[in-house]
Amino acid sequence: MFLELFFKLRKAEVPVSITEYLTLLEGLDKNLAGYSVDDFYHFARLSLVKDERFYDRFDVIFGEHFQGIKAALDEIFGEIPEEWLRKQAELFLSKEEMEQIEAMGGWDELMETLKKRLEEQKDRHQGGNKMIGTAGRSPFGAQGYNPEGVRIGQEKSRHRRAVKVWDKREYKNLDDSVELGTRNIKMALRKLRKFARQGAAEELDLDGTISSTARNAGLLDIKMVPERHNAIKVLLMFDIGGSMDDHVKLCEELFSATKTEFKHLEYFYFHNFLYEGLWKDNRRRHADKTPTMDVMHKYGSDYKLIFVGDATMSPYEITYAGGSVEHWNEEAGAVWLQRLLDVYPHAVWLNPEPEVRWERTPSIKITKELMSDRMYPLTISGLDEAIKELLKRTH
Amino acid sequence: MTQSRFTGTDSYVATDDLTMAVNAALTLERPLLIKGEPGTGKTQLAEEVAKALDTNLIQWHIKSTTKAHQGLYEYDAVSRLRDSQLGDEKVHDIANYIVKGKLWEAFESDKRSVLLIDEIDKADIEFPNDLLQELDKMEFHVYETKQVIAARQRPLVIITSNNEKELPDAFLRRCFFHYISFPDTSTMEQIVNVHFPSLKKDLLSEALKVFFDVREVPGLKKKPSTSELLDWIKLLLAEDIPAEELHGDDPRKAIPKLHGALLKNEQDVHLFERLVFLNRKKSAQGNVDPR
Ligand SMILES: Nc1ncnc2c1ncn2[C@@H]1O[C@H](COP(=O)(O)OP(=O)(O)OP(=O)(O)O)[C@@H](O)[C@H]1O
Ligand SMILES: [Mg+2]
Repeated sequence: MFLELFFKLRKAEVPVSITEYLTLLEGLDKNLAGYSVDDFYHFARLSLVKDERFYDRFDVIFGEHFQGIKAALDEIFGEIPEEWLRKQAELFLSKEEMEQIEAMGGWDELMETLKKRLEEQKDRHQGGNKMIGTAGRSPFGAQGYNPEGVRIGQEKSRHRRAVKVWDKREYKNLDDSVELGTRNIKMALRKLRKFARQGAAEELDLDGTISSTARNAGLLDIKMVPERHNAIKVLLMFDIGGSMDDHVKLCEELFSATKTEFKHLEYFYFHNFLYEGLWKDNRRRHADKTPTMDVMHKYGSDYKLIFVGDATMSPYEITYAGGSVEHWNEEAGAVWLQRLLDVYPHAVWLNPEPEVRWERTPSIKITKELMSDRMYPLTISGLDEAIKELLKRTH
Repeated sequence: MTQSRFTGTDSYVATDDLTMAVNAALTLERPLLIKGEPGTGKTQLAEEVAKALDTNLIQWHIKSTTKAHQGLYEYDAVSRLRDSQLGDEKVHDIANYIVKGKLWEAFESDKRSVLLIDEIDKADIEFPNDLLQELDKMEFHVYETKQVIAARQRPLVIITSNNEKELPDAFLRRCFFHYISFPDTSTMEQIVNVHFPSLKKDLLSEALKVFFDVREVPGLKKKPSTSELLDWIKLLLAEDIPAEELHGDDPRKAIPKLHGALLKNEQDVHLFERLVFLNRKKSAQGNVDPR
């Protein structure tokens, strides 16, 4: 039964491993999950899910799974009214029996036992069970029971728990798989971090030198360590044009998560395409414009330039003066892109649009050409390729 | 030793799922990783658990420069060098220069202690992996003195993270994970009660209303957290501000008293004031026109 839950979770791409599953069993063995479904829910989530982004998916799957168990139980208990159950429950299992069952195998075992008892009972009392119409409720709902005795039908807790915890879907907004996919993001971050660490320069390790000199009885022994933050400088330009709405948050997250890893990382925003101005702060993009010229002067050509944008627009916005949808541009976008590329020999364009669409979208084709083909999809392998390109020596 | 359970304390409100997390970590002796928005009581949890279990709390606050081995021990070679220059006798025993780290401290404790590794995400990304062995086995080797330090009682390890960095999978697999979600109104009420037991009911409910409203303001850089709420209430009490003054009914008074305590970021304060201002203008026009 638990194994099924485990596989359902894996199928939904919640990364659970055998280690976690064994922990779950160990906990059940030690009675951690008590005998209430709520406890079981909390404990299963605690041991199986290691990231709040998966909480919602867990809730959905747990709900389905639990629904299944409930249905199975209903088949057995279906006809037994709760009133009757309540009175009988204490008779079925004594305190000693509870403890025994606990030792035997916990929740599963308890259900088995109760099932058997109830079936025996059902035969004996046939007919009489149907008189009260509250059929179809499992004794293992929110009420559960605890080792001190069966407490089926506790009014208070039943009302409080009318909505199952997992049905509330409290964690819905923490799941980010809607876009790039959580797994991708994780991998992508790893790639970027590796990128950040590449080519790290050595610096004098003062502590190391002192300590090894000391160990060396005072003879100088110089130690070097890789610099914590490497020397790679990155200039990021984000498209925040309308068609990017679906991607922008994700892209920003991706890069801001790695921000601390880079010593020099500069952000700028653009709208659809590159023109004479860029923005530092998206919300004030009509006020605080930074001339693109200034950016090119300020950040040396040793910066690696990364554009992130879907390059999806009308071709006029790239090829014509005055083609921009937001303002009057004196010079065509293509001219500005070329200027940037002239200053920054290491440049790539990351495109969150699926690669299959590139051929069919003229503006993407044009942009890719302007980039001399250095456009990569925002996927793991795309990032890999892009990073490789950025690390190439200039000839 | 008696098996102790954690159910929250009189100064800390623990929800059912959090209680479960702590007790599971105690029973199965696994580290407990706690995440959650700032101010959701992650750090305080460790203090409260130690208090509830009547044991000592060993706190290891992680910085970006913290290295895993510092939690075990450090060899103070510089002192040794100095002593050798001064001809101090101590210099001959290397053990005099081994400085115990937090894990060591926790391992030495006779009673099961609580070890807090606070803000693990501040450290280098390799940091958690570097501690895997030690946390698994609860022992480590001191190379200089050839000792093995093993835990007398496996400490309860509580680790907090603010999500600045991803933690490695191998590390996550070994932990229990709990995400403290932002308290709902009734939990928040309990939390405030714990801090201000004699707070008047109407002031509490008005304050909470304002607080949750402010959190809803779109585009805030930093939403006010429990800490800000508590600070704010303290100010309201100090200034003796009555509940009525927090009413949002009158648009001219819509900016709550001392809102600077809730919003610490200057940009947020401006944004908020602008919004209130716009609302006021709108409702003022609405009031004049129809009549
Ligand atoms: N459940 C709670 N019960 C009682 N007090 C709480 C609770 N949650 C938060 N607080 C109070 O809120 C304040 C912040 O708590 P704490 O410093 O533990 O948060 P944190 O999650 O560690 O924050 P950060 O991420 O900023 O380190 C403290 O004053 C604490 O007393
Ligand atoms: Mg903290």
